[in-house]
Amino acid sequence: MIAETAAAIRRGELRARELVESCLSRIASLDALLGCFLTLDGERALERAGHIDEELARARQHGGRAAGGTGGLKARGGAPGASGGNQAGDGLLLGIPYACKDNICTRGVPTTCASRILEGYVPPYSATVVEGLEAAGAVLLGKTNMDEFAMGSSGENSAFFPTRNPRDTTRVPGGSSSGSAAAVAAGLVPFALGSDTGGSVRQPASFCGVVGFKPTYGRVSRYGLVAFASSLDQIGPLTATVEDCALVMEVLAGHDPRDATSADVPVPAYREVLGREVRGMKLGVPREYMGEGIEPGVREAVEAALRVFEDLGCVVEECSLPHTEYALAVYYLVAPAEASSNLARYDGVRYGLRVEGGDITGMYSHTRRQGFGAEVRRRIMLGTYALSAGYYDAYYLKAQKVRTLVKRDFEQAFSRYDLLVAPTSPTVAFRLGERTEDPLSMYMADVCTIPVNLAGIPAISIPCGEEAGLPVGLQIMGPPFAESTILQAAHAFERATVGASWRRRGGEGR
Amino acid sequence: MSEVQTGRPVRAGGPASAPGGVAAGVPAGWEAVIGLEVHVELSTASKMFCNCPTRFGAPPNSQVCPVCLGLPGVLPVPNRQAVELAVRAALALNCKVATYSKFDRKNYFYPDMPKNYQISQYDLPLATDGYLEVPEGEGSRRIRIRRLHLEEDTGKSMHAADDIVTARYSLLDFNRAGIPLVEIVSEPDIATPEQARLYLEKLKAIMQYCGVSDCRMEEGSLRCDINVSVRRPGGRAGTRTEVKNVNSFRAVERALTYEIARQVEVLEAGGEVEQETRHWDEGAGCTRTLRTKEYAHDYRYFPDPDLPPLVLDPAWIEEIRRSLPELPDARRERYVREMGLPPYDAGVITASRALAEFFEETVRAYPQPKTVSNWVMGEVRRYLNEHGLEPEQIPVRPADLADLLAMVERGTVNMRAARQVFTEMCESGRPPAEIVRERGLEQVSDESLIERAVDEAIAGNPAVVADYRKGKEKALGFLVGQVMKATRGRANPQVVNRLLRERLGPPGTG
Repeated sequence: MIAETAAAIRRGELRARELVESCLSRIASLDALLGCFLTLDGERALERAGHIDEELARARQHGGRAAGGTGGLKARGGAPGASGGNQAGDGLLLGIPYACKDNICTRGVPTTCASRILEGYVPPYSATVVEGLEAAGAVLLGKTNMDEFAMGSSGENSAFFPTRNPRDTTRVPGGSSSGSAAAVAAGLVPFALGSDTGGSVRQPASFCGVVGFKPTYGRVSRYGLVAFASSLDQIGPLTATVEDCALVMEVLAGHDPRDATSADVPVPAYREVLGREVRGMKLGVPREYMGEGIEPGVREAVEAALRVFEDLGCVVEECSLPHTEYALAVYYLVAPAEASSNLARYDGVRYGLRVEGGDITGMYSHTRRQGFGAEVRRRIMLGTYALSAGYYDAYYLKAQKVRTLVKRDFEQAFSRYDLLVAPTSPTVAFRLGERTEDPLSMYMADVCTIPVNLAGIPAISIPCGEEAGLPVGLQIMGPPFAESTILQAAHAFERATVGASWRRRGGEGR
Repeated sequence: MSEVQTGRPVRAGGPASAPGGVAAGVPAGWEAVIGLEVHVELSTASKMFCNCPTRFGAPPNSQVCPVCLGLPGVLPVPNRQAVELAVRAALALNCKVATYSKFDRKNYFYPDMPKNYQISQYDLPLATDGYLEVPEGEGSRRIRIRRLHLEEDTGKSMHAADDIVTARYSLLDFNRAGIPLVEIVSEPDIATPEQARLYLEKLKAIMQYCGVSDCRMEEGSLRCDINVSVRRPGGRAGTRTEVKNVNSFRAVERALTYEIARQVEVLEAGGEVEQETRHWDEGAGCTRTLRTKEYAHDYRYFPDPDLPPLVLDPAWIEEIRRSLPELPDARRERYVREMGLPPYDAGVITASRALAEFFEETVRAYPQPKTVSNWVMGEVRRYLNEHGLEPEQIPVRPADLADLLAMVERGTVNMRAARQVFTEMCESGRPPAEIVRERGLEQVSDESLIERAVDEAIAGNPAVVADYRKGKEKALGFLVGQVMKATRGRANPQVVNRLLRERLGPPGTG
């Protein structure tokens, strides 16, 4: 869809400005209810879209080199992230509007992480991914709502307002990339950026019935992503279709010299594998993801999806990831430990909120008590404790050792299977307020996605059915840098179910 | 100098004690156990984890960027040159360089630390197990080095009062934040305040020789923390205190002398030394409690997830080893062996790379090392001392000094005039020949001219002449002085002496 739209813009059949206008008008009518956006940058988006239209018109006049019209758009390019395997500025996303999760820095546009502590903070630089998207011609519409500092699974931890699920506005959209998932599901934008530390792209994608991708750790630059848990964080796209996902991934992926953890691995043309047969592909279904705690309706939808893969000629077998049961505990030691250090910089000294408190210590504690929400404070305390003298070995170090075991489970499974398939979340979207008083039940929403982050492997969530009228997400996991294989399988499934009844209903949002 | 320093050949590190009895700065009947932690700023062009310049003395906050300001979303990328310099430093200090080390976060809140953690190295430092040797009597003493690791510097706070607690406000300058440092930790092998100074002087010389750092303590590019305890000879180790804020080599010696005396006094009065951090008050000449053990920081070290482990190629380490210049000890031996310099002079000259280089260049142009050494030890150092200059700032070109020495040798100027010319060379930077000509300082060896002055001196001072003839050898000196005065210092003193003796006959003949 995005590819066709960009082509139409390039040919002059659709004006980029019109597309931005239509997105803005849809946002104007729906977002008061949905609460997807924290910042809308309509004026600048219109200006930039108009500029793209003018450039294209000029290029068409001068010898019909329409595609060459992006030359001027390269001006701010040179984004290292785009230097990997794709050509920056080749206009892959020419004139396509997008929304960006509010924990990804955008120069001149507020970036708050949905936190009081960064309210009004305007970064002086853009994340590598944002530079890359700009170089590819994409137009930033605004910044999306999220759980504060990406800590949460429902979007309700935003310090400003919760986001509602477009499929049922009494329900949560999932989190923490709540606004991005809901915006794509409601057709407010063709695609959005999220970040995934324990499932924050895939779980809301699952709840909202869209495609959400968590790339291999290191595949996409983290430079400019406000860190939650640095060893787990990864930026990923939320899109309506697998093809759109592959297209956006071609722009996002690549080595970035500004991120020492980014991988210097060539970026394949992800769209090339789309449409290829999956016959003979070996899919493992870890039994630990299909047992207790998984809602029957979710399990049934996933089982139905497995039958689709069998019909496509895949070999589907049950397998085991024996350390899965420890993953949640490991995650809630490692992620808060890193967060306690990453979030130490929000102290009122240099930027963001400052609440005076007599002396420097008073200022620190007032600022942080008033600036951070309850969940963020809880995780900072957990993490500080896990790293403290006398507890480090028993908690943080032990967790790192078990993390290695979780990772090894996957390595062993991928020696036998091309991909692993499982539910994205044990349930469909729950009601607003249903779990806010019970952090543990909230944490359980990510039980199926967390192991993937611990192992650093890529995984996608795609819609695969419905339960009680709400979308169910199918998670497809692959070995490191097997993004292409995942997209190939996801695309095959999408094509095979194009006429499914649940898919038609899911289309109503647009 | 210490009163008793029995000469021993190289003494391996081990339990530190002043050999043979009382050492300056250590009360009789006691031994001091001293270890030093030295921070050395590396002379890199850019900072440790970003591209900001490292120039000293730039306007506040003019050498900063999002990375060294710790803005949300930024990531560190290690500086290869910093790693190389740290390896040079480690090799020059005879350390084992680890092919695998890692970066850790040291977490604590302080306003001049932008991230509220410092990137450092904790349990796997870059290098371990080194040593350096300091002079001890006729031999030397080996001080072991426990470890050397890389870290980033903090910014600077300027408090509008004595300290951050009483200040109404504080100002922050982040130019220094992120400048690469090595921390060099000695074993507690140092037994006296004097040895501590000698250790620092040697460390500074080695760092300067291998181009690792300029080690300007007044600019903070070399900083030192002290660990010290006292005990009865052969007795159990006492409780140690840490002394901070010692900002010069002299201050290290003074602070240690004070702190050792304080601890001894406490123990002799039947008290106990508290384990604590103390602050050296330069003005008052004493140490004061900064924080006691209960308030010691828990730094919650953990591996920095933003930085992959530092893996060094052994071949690269060897390449750096081969590129090390001649170090001070080797150079001193060469000066003694090949140039015939007295060991003391060789030690003084080689203690500073700049001084040694000045010496060698002068010798190249005037190949009489002993004469050059006498000048460097005498006139050159005197001028530097009188003007508070560092050896790097010698205002005279080696070639000019060589010319001057040649003029002395040829008899063009006498020593007295030469000293005067040297001072003028230092002040004006002009070549010696020009000064000599302009000032009419050429030595007068024309006997007819000198004869007249000699005759006048004899005629005008009959009493002195009588004294001389009575056997007072000293009286001759007075007459020489009179002749020199009459010739405005230009007469060749040897000619004056000879002529006077000819005229007066041998002493005691009157």
